[in-house]
Amino acid sequence: MWAFIHKLGSPKGFYAFSVRLSPWFWVAATTLIGGGLVWGLAFAPADYQQGDSFRIIYVHVPAAFLAQSIFVVMALAGLVFMVWRIKLADMAATAMAPLGAGMTFVALLSGAVWGVPTWGTWWQWDARLTSMLLLFFLYIGVIALRSAFDGRDSGSRAASVLTMVGVINIPIIKYSVEWWYTLHQPATFSVTSRPAMPTEMWLPLLIMVLGFYSFFIAVTLTRTRNEILRRESAKRWVRDLVGEGN
Amino acid sequence: MSCPEARSDVVGRGRKRERDTGIGIALYATMRRDLLLLLRRPSTALNPLAFFALVITLFPIGISPDPALLSAIAPGLLWVAALLAALLSLDGLFRNDVEDGTLEQLLLSSRPLPMLALAKVAVHWLSTGLPLALMAPVLGVMLSLPLGSYGVLALSLALGSATLSLIGAIGAALTAGLPRGGVLLSLLVLPLYVPVLIFGAGAVQAAIAGTGVAAHLALLGALLAVALVFAPWAIAASLRISLNG
Repeated sequence: MWAFIHKLGSPKGFYAFSVRLSPWFWVAATTLIGGGLVWGLAFAPADYQQGDSFRIIYVHVPAAFLAQSIFVVMALAGLVFMVWRIKLADMAATAMAPLGAGMTFVALLSGAVWGVPTWGTWWQWDARLTSMLLLFFLYIGVIALRSAFDGRDSGSRAASVLTMVGVINIPIIKYSVEWWYTLHQPATFSVTSRPAMPTEMWLPLLIMVLGFYSFFIAVTLTRTRNEILRRESAKRWVRDLVGEGN
Repeated sequence: MSCPEARSDVVGRGRKRERDTGIGIALYATMRRDLLLLLRRPSTALNPLAFFALVITLFPIGISPDPALLSAIAPGLLWVAALLAALLSLDGLFRNDVEDGTLEQLLLSSRPLPMLALAKVAVHWLSTGLPLALMAPVLGVMLSLPLGSYGVLALSLALGSATLSLIGAIGAALTAGLPRGGVLLSLLVLPLYVPVLIFGAGAVQAAIAGTGVAAHLALLGALLAVALVFAPWAIAASLRISLNG
């Protein structure tokens, strides 16, 4: 068990692992997202109040899920990097950050588009919109801080500290709905209670969420591999791999 | 039998000497040095106050001099302007120490770095947060802030600015070694300032509306308590990163 973890923690071991695993996640992501989109956009019943505009939920909610989870995963990776000095954790965090920022942007944008038919406005200073926007700024801060350092190691450690500090923002996002009275509807999914939507509406949503998470894993595996090649380019196994120095 | 006793005596005396130049002295020395530096160069403490007053002057000019309108937005304006003034003063918090080598001495010291960083943050609060809080009621008069909210304004600013100093010091420590850290610093720190702003401005608005102020102040205090526990460690870790390159 430990030997496996140690092998996985080394860039070379992870590279081999990722090469084998990432195609499966790419396949899962494409089928789930493709299937979920067709089901959600074409076959799920229209909402009795919002009509067809509710179908934005099939992009909006998974993107918002990812936006928040990626930040938490980045903070965990930062913790692993700071405590055990496992460089791979930082490479993964580097690979995830742009996707997280992008997902936050997608959630904000799809929310704005959805706001026009339902609330009659593009933007509302509502708690969840505001905290999502702040999350976007946090992502930008982490990316900017990492690139501001000349030395890669200090940039990595600074970004890790900032991510861990920023993760206090995640509970604020989660509980902001309860803190302020707002326009925004409460959370769509809840573990403790049955979903308020009919099954044929939330099942495609669940598929989309799973698809987005597979997409996240697939992108992270692939991008981390690129990061490994970039950082370890002086190592012999990388040179052998890319066919240099033969 | 006598030998171990004698040794323990030596160890004990060594410990005692250690305690004489202990953490209290180190904190006192750090705070004294920073306060002396402030006294020698008062502009570092006065500039944020001038900035605060100037920004508040801009709003009636830019929006409207109508007292009814101003009094409605005064709590938020005062809080945002004070927050920006505190942010402005952060950039110099560790930069001079990095440049003249003081920070290296602090890192080499056998005293815990988080405590020394806390002493520096305390001086920063004394020199910016507290004066801003004391000055805010005067500017509140100029914005025709309703009566009965002045005490809450000063109190919420005093409480909140301590949290702002603690959180901001993390950003200042992270960017201390960077050549142009100013804009980056505000990008890193401002999103983290939002909860303090919400409850700070909320306290003043609650005082005006006559609803409970205690809840807002209690939450500000809770934020300060959390920041006091966690921020010194984050500041210390960030200082080490900034210095070791």
